[in-house]
Amino acid sequence: MLLTRKAEFSASHVCADPALTPAENRALYGSNANPHGHGHNYVLEVTIEGEPDPVTGMVFDLRKLKEIINAEVVERMDHRFLNHEVPPFDRVVPTTENIASEIWKRLEPKISAPQAQLKNVRLYETADLYVDYGGGR
Amino acid sequence: MTLTRRYRFAASHRLNTEELSAEENARLYGKCNNPFGHGHDYVLDLTIAGPVDASGQIVNRHDLDTLVYGQVLARLDHLNLNCDVPELQHRVPTTENLAGAIEKMLMSQWTLPARLTRVRISETARNTFELETK
Repeated sequence: MLLTRKAEFSASHVCADPALTPAENRALYGSNANPHGHGHNYVLEVTIEGEPDPVTGMVFDLRKLKEIINAEVVERMDHRFLNHEVPPFDRVVPTTENIASEIWKRLEPKISAPQAQLKNVRLYETADLYVDYGGGR
Repeated sequence: MTLTRRYRFAASHRLNTEELSAEENARLYGKCNNPFGHGHDYVLDLTIAGPVDASGQIVNRHDLDTLVYGQVLARLDHLNLNCDVPELQHRVPTTENLAGAIEKMLMSQWTLPARLTRVRISETARNTFELETK
């Protein structure tokens, strides 16, 4: 059975590789490379796969899940400038792909229960663009 | 990892097949058989799969948008699917057939390093069609 919990955070970022020229960054990232940054209302959907516990009837404790998502993602990223305030985005370009991958890395070790595992991280940068990441490549 | 990007276009169509009589078409397609046609605001979600490259992206957004605008949106938006789209000539422009036509339009010019894995179209907020591409 799958369980999905949603969270939101608002953050600013710049997508640019300091090793590249402004023109090269613009070619790669478009207006996302504008040097002073811009922001998004990110929407995160965390999906856990597992079997309901025979005693509690739950795949995963929702309150615990909320606390993990808040501690690992929302409190770190909400109303922050990712490049300046949230490692590793001082050295990793904060594309939607890289943010989703970082969220997976932070959540996966915390979401460990005998019958439940993290299945997917879906991160919406806007309503028109999202990334799905299930670990691996 | 996959990336899904949403596009929109407005188009008109009429569902009618020459294989059937007027009465059979009316029964089969109902209001969608209205002789003068009708239109929808279609929502198109394209899913792209592949490894994240050195830039931190599965696909360059600009390259993807350029391909989709040129191959799909410019050829469907504010047009009539029965009259204006060569890929749908002699085919009933159901959303099922439209999904297949969009896949062909994209794949005929696809040079992006990542793979197109899914074409999903909502004809209205209540009807959605998904095509897993090969």
